[in-house]
Amino acid sequence: MAPATPQETGDGATANDVRDDTGAPLKSASTAHSTNAAAARLTIALVGNPNTGKSTLFSALCGTPARIGNYPGVTVEKKLGTYSDAHGSITVVDLPGTYSLAARTLDEKVSVDVLLDHQKQTSAIDVIVSIVDATNIERNLYLFSQLRDIGKPLVLVLNMWDRVEPQGMKIDAAGISERLGVPVVTCSASRRRGIPELKQAIRQAAMSAEQQTRAIFPTVLGEALDSEVRQLMQWTADASGTEVEPFVAQRLLMDVDGVLAKQLQLRPGMSGLGEQIAAARTRLEQAKLKVPTCETKLRYQWIRSQLSEFVSQSEGNRETWSDRIDHWLTHRVWGILAFAAIMFVVFQAITQGTAWAMDFITDSIQPWFAGWVEQVLPPGTLRSLVNDGIIAGVGSVIVFLPQILMLFFFIGLLEDCGYMARAAFVMDKSMTKLGLSGKSFLPLMSSFACAVPGIMATRVIESRRDRMVTILIAPLMSCSARLPVYVLLVTAFVPSIKYAGGWIGLQGIVLFAMHLVGAAVAIPVAWLLKKYFFPGATPPFVMELPSYKLPSPSVVLNRVWERGQAFLTRAGTLIFCSAIVVWAAGYFPGNHQPVNELTQRMEGIEASGGDPPAELQAERRKLSSQLIEQSYLGRAGKAIEPMVRPLGWDWRIGVGAIASFPAREVIIATLGTIYSLGGDVDEGDEGLLAAMKQSKWPDGRPVYNLAVALSIMVFFALCAQCAATLMVIKRETNSWRWPLFSFAYMTLLAYLGALLTYQVSIRLIS
Amino acid sequence: MATLADIAVSCGATIVEIQGDDAIALRLMEMGLMEGDQVQVIGVAPLGDPIEIASRGTRLSLRRAEAMRIEVNPILSADPS
Repeated sequence: MAPATPQETGDGATANDVRDDTGAPLKSASTAHSTNAAAARLTIALVGNPNTGKSTLFSALCGTPARIGNYPGVTVEKKLGTYSDAHGSITVVDLPGTYSLAARTLDEKVSVDVLLDHQKQTSAIDVIVSIVDATNIERNLYLFSQLRDIGKPLVLVLNMWDRVEPQGMKIDAAGISERLGVPVVTCSASRRRGIPELKQAIRQAAMSAEQQTRAIFPTVLGEALDSEVRQLMQWTADASGTEVEPFVAQRLLMDVDGVLAKQLQLRPGMSGLGEQIAAARTRLEQAKLKVPTCETKLRYQWIRSQLSEFVSQSEGNRETWSDRIDHWLTHRVWGILAFAAIMFVVFQAITQGTAWAMDFITDSIQPWFAGWVEQVLPPGTLRSLVNDGIIAGVGSVIVFLPQILMLFFFIGLLEDCGYMARAAFVMDKSMTKLGLSGKSFLPLMSSFACAVPGIMATRVIESRRDRMVTILIAPLMSCSARLPVYVLLVTAFVPSIKYAGGWIGLQGIVLFAMHLVGAAVAIPVAWLLKKYFFPGATPPFVMELPSYKLPSPSVVLNRVWERGQAFLTRAGTLIFCSAIVVWAAGYFPGNHQPVNELTQRMEGIEASGGDPPAELQAERRKLSSQLIEQSYLGRAGKAIEPMVRPLGWDWRIGVGAIASFPAREVIIATLGTIYSLGGDVDEGDEGLLAAMKQSKWPDGRPVYNLAVALSIMVFFALCAQCAATLMVIKRETNSWRWPLFSFAYMTLLAYLGALLTYQVSIRLIS
Repeated sequence: MATLADIAVSCGATIVEIQGDDAIALRLMEMGLMEGDQVQVIGVAPLGDPIEIASRGTRLSLRRAEAMRIEVNPILSADPS
């Protein structure tokens, strides 16, 4: 993936006329585009800390997002919405929640790029809306003070205003507005209060922008730093002919190992940038301004001096009712019990609570459509494409929706009430053993139901490294699609021996062990990924624990809707396409004429009220089985037979494994077709069990025994045979590299695991 | 010098210095932990790590390794209020 090209940085500030060596206030070049801001169309950016109610404000302004996607080359989600006021329509860009605009990574740089109009996919930002949790105004203004240095029209939103007074705080919003020189709107986004006033303030800020472009200097950081910023700007102008914006120069100075400097250095003439920055930092250190810590100190000094007259806080750290809840929910015993109970409910809801919906889709809706198609289309390629390709493909997408919606309902609920941060708090220590943080727990636990919603849930993890590792190990958790494969093989080939007076059965033990295999393998895999693919120091885990509150239904439902939509539009099409490809591989080449004629005859008999004779059905199954053997899929299975022989497999199992690329449980239907039983068998099907037990090698030995069954199960425990998971990884990491990587490493693991299992167990058994 | 990791639950302390200038120190400062501020330890996670602290009205979770970066002066009276 190409990151934003270095040329992008600095494009906005080509005009030398904004610089003034006499020291007079400089004007921001980036406001130039808003000279026609009275024009009806506006683009605004919503920026704020996590837990400030930013997404609530977004939905209060725009309803549901018009577009959700990714910024190119990074994992940051792009969320756009629109609303209209009396003058025209306003596009709202929702930027990820952050505590600082420091751009240490490519992901963090996205916000800077959007705000400075370097991000080609979003239009120039006319107004920045800085949203602040009024009850935490001091810490929240840190980000505001950085936004202020960008120099664009700003609106400050004091959200959660209804909670200020009950907390014993007093805030003089008008005073703050006057002191900071920006419009201040007080809001309670979750109660939809203050929204019309905010819309008005945004429009006014845009309209007045042409009269009063905001002066950038002096910035909050003081003259010593400002003069270094000007010098650096001058140097970039001399070196490359393009001057960087003041804000870019500021970030270049402040962000140690920052990504902006790395990219700008690649520009012609700019190779000396690193030395310039280092020299400037040395000068600053001599003046007792040590980069990077001086920035936080200066900004907080400024914030406290600005606020002291206008904010009175009751004594800061007294115990609140939220603390009292915390005493219970993070208690040594009760905390763990509460956590376990909540996770149990979530897990039950996404497995049991959605089973009826998934069954309804696969057992009622899909067959209904298929039956209808059979009535309108004669047997042939078109009918097969529609039924076995398209309807099955759409079905394989839709079938994930119930679990996704259910999981995100609970995530929305837990996040909005404040428990999510506590769950991470409670589990953090146990997850540090994997090199992850407490935030990875819920995504990984959800992956035991299904990796698709689990991977989508990794959005709550801010650290990119932790998030990537969690995404890559999530598919190893034993999801519910593996269960039918286990059940089929366990009931057929694991002896039903009982221990402890019949309470514990060997079959149950094997089933349980299969669920542990993936989780156990995930531990060394996570360690290796951290060590070799995402090296670096452990990221800080300083996390805010927001006060508990009643969840707002609209926030929760918006979240559910957003995720469902994102899954369908982005991953759904890819899953669908992969289903069609596998259908085609199993259909072509081959002469389907006889089987079609047979089907027509049988349907003719059915239409006249009779039952087609059993010989016809058997004949059709035999033909289908031959067709799949001749197809590309069957040929591929035969071609790989030498490779799967060491696992104890014959070519039929090989075909099943390849055909199950769209979803693991497909192997059962494929084996059903191969053994001439027709495709609609399930894991308890007597015919399939019998056929498997009778299946023999050419020399007469049975194909299946306990060792082969274990080898197949271990393979399916570790393999990545799930197109939906791979496509969701593609969507969430915004790159083809990681799904390919997942597929490669999991297939290798699965192969080696199955090889080891077979070779060891065949020796133990004989 | 005591660090924040040494402070007992429901005891307070004043921040003397945050050591280092790496990503962890910077994040602690960005979150508003500054020299001279009073903080209080609210609780400890069930498995002993991380800890929950109160600082200027907000509640933060820090790992012990991070809390060890924060040099503090313990406030001796256990209950200031």
